[in-house]
Formats: sequence, structure tokens, C-alpha cells
Amino acid sequence: MELEGYLRGDYIRNIIKEGKRLDNRKFDEYRNLEIEKGYVGEKACGSAFVKLGDTKVLVGISMDAGEPYPDSPGQGVMTTSTELRPIASPYFESGPPRQNSIELARVIDRGIRESGAIPTDKLAINDEKVWVVYIDIHILDNGGNLIDAGGIAAISALLDTRMPKFEDDTIIRGEWDGKLPIECTPIPCTVAKISDQLLLDPTQDEEYAMDTRLTIATTDTINAMQKGGGFGTLTDKDVDDAVELAFSKGNEIRKLVEG
Amino acid sequence: MKLLENGKRLDGRALDEIRDVKIETGVLKRAAGSAYLEWGNNKVLAGVYYPREMHPKFMRDPTKAVLRCTYNMAPFSVDDRKRPGPDRRSQEISKILSEALSSVVLLEDYPDAGIDVSVEILQADAGTRCAGLTAAAVAIADAGIPMRDLVSSCAAGKIDGEIAVDLMKDEDNYGDSDVPLAILPRKKEVVLLQMDGKMTKEEFKKAYKLAFDGAMKVYEVQKAALLSSMDSVEGGE
Repeated sequence: MELEGYLRGDYIRNIIKEGKRLDNRKFDEYRNLEIEKGYVGEKACGSAFVKLGDTKVLVGISMDAGEPYPDSPGQGVMTTSTELRPIASPYFESGPPRQNSIELARVIDRGIRESGAIPTDKLAINDEKVWVVYIDIHILDNGGNLIDAGGIAAISALLDTRMPKFEDDTIIRGEWDGKLPIECTPIPCTVAKISDQLLLDPTQDEEYAMDTRLTIATTDTINAMQKGGGFGTLTDKDVDDAVELAFSKGNEIRKLVEG
Repeated sequence: MKLLENGKRLDGRALDEIRDVKIETGVLKRAAGSAYLEWGNNKVLAGVYYPREMHPKFMRDPTKAVLRCTYNMAPFSVDDRKRPGPDRRSQEISKILSEALSSVVLLEDYPDAGIDVSVEILQADAGTRCAGLTAAAVAIADAGIPMRDLVSSCAAGKIDGEIAVDLMKDEDNYGDSDVPLAILPRKKEVVLLQMDGKMTKEEFKKAYKLAFDGAMKVYEVQKAALLSSMDSVEGGE
């Protein structure tokens, strides 16, 4: 990857200095976004297949009856995992999650958790058991901007999620009992910085050139932020501009997700 | 739990007041550079080993050194024993601390090499990533590794609806938002920024400003610690 990334990154940095992007997009323009809810609807409680340009992500939601955390009795539990499947990139390998996939899952998780999108206080089943919501993010084709694609797919899948039927202390698979309540629609928006230019929805080639990125997940408030993706720095103005971009793009994408 | 009384916090601090920070350099015999930091009830040790042969080999970079920072919490550093070894939280923190420190070290001076920075949290009382990063930057400077600037860090959060700097454990547990920040204090640029919770744009801007000012105060403590280590080199005590 090093040589390819080095050469492609160098090329991208130069054309961005000229005020252009390789695919002629404006700096604040996302690639084409397609969301298909219920993609694996036979088995998963909820799912969504998201295409963002040529990035493809499938998220499945599974629900199980489990125990609450000792410090939050009666509260449902959510967990988010990502798998950077080897099918998605020549640079992904099988094996335990590495730092990149851990960061990806945790940033997406933070936006959903902190916004209160999943009302964990409504997920108690009985005195001992609560619902556990598993959000599994499968990266199938890595064309860049996995945080946004994964985050959009995750909240889309949650909006698609049905509650399994629970009777006589067991889950009846394949039968449903209403929808999982979702309180709001957090949307992550990643702002990349390349050659002092801020831009949205970086492609994989643009990620090679990226000095740094700042992801901001919003609802009507800011719910999560993460600077990452490189050794570059941000100025005060970069941070302010990124917050504005995240709110305005978040609103646009939210309509597509809820639609 | 009430976190604010007459504008004062649980430990008597004002909203814009950080806890006491103390830093001592050169505390480890074998490391190339080291620092011990106390920040309120946080106790942190940072050590640097460099330049090292980079392992695994595929991570080697012929254009520059690779800096790896490992953040680790001692099992006894928190109320409920933390299972030893890396977990997902500590791996994420290790990653962002590595990136923050890489932005400031002149890595191009050591192609192919590895620089290993260890951050050990011995006692945790909220704000450990900021404390660890602050100590690590001093340890790197103590090792004599060329840097563009220091890295200074501080967090701000929300308690009882008010924005406050540098939350301690009880405030962190019962408060509802947190913004850890790290800056280059001379260039005034951001090298680490995270946030979780619920904040309006205005609240975030206030928290950012408080954390920034807090980090500038921490910078003064870092500078003083490094300068006093120079005194002892010259036998000036």
C-alpha cells in the first residue's frame, strides 16, 4: 500500500491545490448515496445496505435477551462491531480487529449511543433480562469514508429493526412484536483536510492524501466527534467550519435516511 | 447528584479552573526520556524508547520513523479492577495519542526507525487521555527527540447544564458531555479532538475555548518541568 498510497496521495494533493477533485465534485458534495433497508430481512431483525459512491456497507441488527450491565439495571444494552472483511480491500486481512476497525466501530457507536437514539430505558424485558442490540457493520467494498457510510447504514438498519417476539422466557425467532423504538437519527459527517482544504466524503484516494479528518455526529445537537486519520493539525477556523458543514450535511442526509 | 453549589464544584473549583498539575522529568533509568505527572488524583508515568528497530517489519517506513504510543491502565487504577491488557477503549486511545504525537515529532529525521512511547495510568480520576498525552509529550522532549512544538492537553465538559473545564471522576460519571482536546501551544493548532454527549453549537464552542485555555495552562507546567530538568543538568540547584 505504501507506494500506491504515496503516489496517489501526491497526485490528489496537487489537484486539490488547483481547486479540483478527481471526480469533479464540489468540496462540500457527497457521492451518490443509496440506502436499501431490509436487505437481509428474512433473518436479521433489521438491516440496511448502503452505497456511497463505490463504497459498500451492509449493517445487520440482531437482538437477544441478555443481562444488563451491573451499574445500569433495567437498561438495555447496545454493542457495535465492525468487520473490515478481506473481500473489501486488498489491504484488509482476516483476524482480530485492529486499531482502524476499533476506531471505526467506536466512533459510529458514540454517535448513536450519546444521541440517545436507542432508548435503553425502554428495553427491559423483565426483572432480570433486557434486550441487547447488536449492530454489526460489514464493510464489503472500501472506496473511502467508511465512518459516514457505516454510520448511515447503522442508523438506517436500526430504523428498520423489528422486536423479536418474547414468550415464556424465550425468543421466538421469525416472529415479530412491533418495531424497535428509535428516538432520533444521528448522522456522522466526516470532514477531511487535504492541502489546507476542507472537503466532504473523501474517496479512498483522497484518504491517501488526507492530512487529517474530523468526524462530527449530529442530531439537533452535537453527539460525537473524533479527529483522526493522519498527523495533520486543525485550526480553530477548521473546527468551526467543520461543525457548520456537519450540521447542514447531516440535515440533508437525515432526510434520505428517514425517507 | 448535585455537581454545582453557588457556582463552585464538588472540589471547590470554579468552572474555568483546572486541577493542580505537577510534572517531573527523567524519572525512569532505562528509558531515553520519561515523565511522571500528577493531575488532581490522576497519576501517570510516560516513557520513551528510541530509536528502535521497527517491528513488525512491514510497518517500517523508509521515509520516516513510526511513532507508536501505547496507553495502558493499571488494573488497580480504578474502583472496579480493570482486566489487564489492551481493550477496545485503550486501543482507540493509543491510536489517537500516536497520531497527536506524530504530528509534532520530526519523524523524517529517523527513517526506518521506531519510536515507542508508553503511557501507564497508575491511578485514574477522569481525564486520563489528556494527562497521558501531556506526560508523553514531556517524556519525548526529555529524550531529546526533535519536536516542532509541545503537545498540551485538557478536557472540558458539561455538569448540571454548565460548561466546565477538566472534569474529575464524579463530574465525569454524573455529567453529560466531554470534550478532550490537545493542541500545539505555540502554533495554536489542534492535534486531538473528541467529543461525546449532547452539546449545542454554542455549548461546544464554549467547551472548546475552556479546554484550549486549560491546555495553555498545562503548557506552562510542562515548560517549567523541562526547564528545571535543564537546571539539574548544569548542576544549578
